[in-house]
Amino acid sequence: MKQTDRRSFLKIAGTSLGIGVLYSAYPAAARGGEAGHLFSELGKSTGEKVTPFSFLQLSDAHVGFNGPPDPLGTKAFERAVDMVNALPRRPDLVLFTGDLTHDTEDRNVHVQRMKQFQEISRRMNVPMIRHVPGEHDAGLDSGGLYREVFGETFYSFDHRGVHFVALDNVTRPKPEVGAEQLAWLKKDLARFPKAAPIVVFTHRPLFDLRPDWEWFTSDGDEVMNLLSPYDNVTVLYGHIHRDDEHQIGAVHHYGARSLIFGFPDPSGAAGPRKAVPFDKDHPFKNLGIRTVSFNGAPRPGTAPLSIEDVELTAREFRGINGVQQFLRNPLV
Amino acid sequence: MLSMKVRLRVFAAVLCVCLGILLSGTGRVRADNLPVIEITAKRFAFSPDKIILKKGQTVKLRLHSEDVTHGFFLRPLKLDEEIPAGQTTEVIVTPQQAGTFTTICDHFCGANHGNMNMTIVVEE
Repeated sequence: MKQTDRRSFLKIAGTSLGIGVLYSAYPAAARGGEAGHLFSELGKSTGEKVTPFSFLQLSDAHVGFNGPPDPLGTKAFERAVDMVNALPRRPDLVLFTGDLTHDTEDRNVHVQRMKQFQEISRRMNVPMIRHVPGEHDAGLDSGGLYREVFGETFYSFDHRGVHFVALDNVTRPKPEVGAEQLAWLKKDLARFPKAAPIVVFTHRPLFDLRPDWEWFTSDGDEVMNLLSPYDNVTVLYGHIHRDDEHQIGAVHHYGARSLIFGFPDPSGAAGPRKAVPFDKDHPFKNLGIRTVSFNGAPRPGTAPLSIEDVELTAREFRGINGVQQFLRNPLV
Repeated sequence: MLSMKVRLRVFAAVLCVCLGILLSGTGRVRADNLPVIEITAKRFAFSPDKIILKKGQTVKLRLHSEDVTHGFFLRPLKLDEEIPAGQTTEVIVTPQQAGTFTTICDHFCGANHGNMNMTIVVEE
């Protein structure tokens, strides 16, 4: 296969709107040349032609949670749904990175919470929603109920030439992916060329972000070893209830805000983890909104996408698209 | 067939490995004369919530769960234990690094699992 510089491969553009993260992906030079050859090869791998599209990441709704630090219940999640539906351009899919629900030992109550999550999320006017579990969805029963309601906890799919990998790092007793899933991942990735665009979505960070807050995956290094041969890998995760960006090797890791309450900056907070206190004057502060700007074709050593974070309140929107959304749907 | 000399060498090698394991500073080995620290795990706290160790001094931690399975994880001291429901896990530790560390339960145990932790202070 012909070698292709990854700069010519994937250009990702973002829109400064709303909930979680909005990603737009389109080929920088899909018409002919080296990139055209690569896309042709990718088409053989994925069975799909690489064409422009956008998608969203939402995370940590914790449906069923109530009480301090956030008394809002599902209001932020429902607000997020309204904002998604107000987007000027409909995203192709939504990735939900875990903790869809809050845990309970009462199976019937947990079923109700999962159904409520589905009812709210299905209000989103998007063709496809994909999930991974968080420990609050699946930690108490090794994912048994989650599988009944949502399906498999790890899987992959291709969409318009991009390979998406859902990784489960919550259903085993420890915060790990495990040998079975590692073997599956190795096999799953084998058919892709080095420059293939790969988006991994999972719940916990795959690196040691803050181990004493359980912000890590114990065998995350083994996952990264499998991903390291690839030039265009983005990891999206939840769990930490705040925006975060790390680059490790060529892989870019992005943590997402939650739709329930925030956690502080792990680099500046000593001691045990404590949620950010609820601010009744700004009830959606620290929640869920992050915008993404893609500044053209990625260059070696730079992020394939860049992110602008915006809080889940229309008042906080910035940029042209934020203004556009505010005008379309002034929720505050 | 192996000669008697070779067999003796193999036996000696195995014996050395076993002795090495027994004499090493960490691991789940019998060490009846070590100081013992009892720690109880129960949703969603450890008791006591703070212990003080001496750098280089070997101690035995007896970790007991009073309810469900818990974890006991502290990477700087190479602690990564499971405490099965209602059972006791013993671990021998020789801290090589001074400081104040947060040990967490890393086996999801319920709603407030994320706040289940304790402090281990290692003094010089």
